[in-house]
Amino acid sequence: MKNLPRLIKVAFARIIRNPYHALAAFLVMFLTFFVVGAFVLISIGSNRLLSYLESRPQVTAFLKDGIGSEKVEEIRELLSATKVVSKTQYVSKEEALKIYKERNKNEPLLNEFVTAEILPASIEVSTYKLEDLPKIATTLEKEEAVDEVVFQQNIIETLSAWTKTIRNIGIGVVTFLLVMSLLTTLIVIGLNISLHQDEIEIMKLVGATSWYIRVPFIFEGILYGSISALVATLFLWASYIWVSPTIQGVFSDVPFLTASPTIFIYLLGAEILGGALIGIIGAVVATRKYLTV
Amino acid sequence: MITFREVSKDYDSLSALTDISMEITPGEFVFLVGPSGAGKSTVLKLIIREDLPSKGDVFVDGAEVTKMRPSEVPHLRRRIGTVFQDFKLLPQRTVFENVSFPLEILGLDDDEIKKIVEDTIALVNLEHKLGHFPAQLSGGEAQRTAIARAMVMRPEIILADEPTGNLDLGSAWEVMQILNKLNSLGTTVVMATHNMDITSGLPHRKLEIQKGRIVNDTKQKGASRESVKKK
Repeated sequence: MKNLPRLIKVAFARIIRNPYHALAAFLVMFLTFFVVGAFVLISIGSNRLLSYLESRPQVTAFLKDGIGSEKVEEIRELLSATKVVSKTQYVSKEEALKIYKERNKNEPLLNEFVTAEILPASIEVSTYKLEDLPKIATTLEKEEAVDEVVFQQNIIETLSAWTKTIRNIGIGVVTFLLVMSLLTTLIVIGLNISLHQDEIEIMKLVGATSWYIRVPFIFEGILYGSISALVATLFLWASYIWVSPTIQGVFSDVPFLTASPTIFIYLLGAEILGGALIGIIGAVVATRKYLTV
Repeated sequence: MITFREVSKDYDSLSALTDISMEITPGEFVFLVGPSGAGKSTVLKLIIREDLPSKGDVFVDGAEVTKMRPSEVPHLRRRIGTVFQDFKLLPQRTVFENVSFPLEILGLDDDEIKKIVEDTIALVNLEHKLGHFPAQLSGGEAQRTAIARAMVMRPEIILADEPTGNLDLGSAWEVMQILNKLNSLGTTVVMATHNMDITSGLPHRKLEIQKGRIVNDTKQKGASRESVKKK
């Protein structure tokens, strides 16, 4: 333990002496951790988007004009009786106008000619399971008082399928990059071991323990992993800050891109730990394979 | 101090040592002489357990080297200084750094290391070369640096494998003087050489090895450091 600062210095000196090896390891690991972080953010974003859509009314039945509250109540009871409905909400013409105005508050021209009279009242329905949506839609379509039924099953199913595909591709790409990072660390440290054979031989002759000889190489691995993970996460964070206003503008009120700094701090911690772990594994395998002490 | 008991060493079909038995007592200066390939270096390698014998036992200070666990080997080597024909200095380290290397391994602090290295360097008269790199040294200076590195941990034994092999006669005698001085201070010295000019002028014990066997042992009373002191 007394030697630890000295051994860390040795690891730094070796990295500086072979900058191209270090750069190769750093770039591969940087790419890995950048992609890992990006997939984590995409995964968080798509899950939020899904939750958001699932929390929204999934079937909307627009009512014909002049439908009284008794009829509305009758329809709501009918829906409750199916036992598959989690929530129903009646939106009157006045409330519909309020929502419309709120959504288009930046477009005064659109608001100018719209009155409550031209907007239909509606019943918004959510189900516990997505597969019950068609059944509810059919029930509502049979009702005399209902003018039109709109439901978003397809959007959610498509998005759900996309999320799954993105997750699977992500797992595949990340696994491939992690293996590549591990092998690069192993090769770079293996090369450094062969470059320092003379030094290692002398170390052995003057009584260095196996631990003393191995530790600088393991530090080298830790440094490659943790520094590249740190830089990759900071780079991702900066990219997020730069790109998110544009994307958020497109998706307006969908809150899926509101990644808080806490998420990045957790991501930073996890990536640095992951990087150090890959560095340690790569270095331990390299020293076991190429170092005879 | 060093005991070989019926030691043989084979490399595949080649027999490097055959049935060697010998005893080197504390404070002795012993030359291992014989032609190249006779097995002198193999004897030294077996003492520091750089190699294991195919048969027989090697003891250093009562400890059976052949049966040591790998974790015990570094401790054995810290008690034995080694000097080689090709010096084995680290080219990117200065004289000071090369000599301090074994002390760093022991985990001594920088002030302690500085003091010990400066004292040791003074013994080989290289105080003026502390900041030089091996490429800036003459052969004799490089070998004296290697001896300083071997001495710096105050070992009980120094093994020297052809330490004068790459040196001119003047430098070779300088190296011999240093080894004699160390021996006179109580260090056991075992030196392998095929240079009879060096050995013939000195009264030390000579173990002659030919084709892996000891063919002559000149062990005489008083042929150790006592004689050297008189000389």
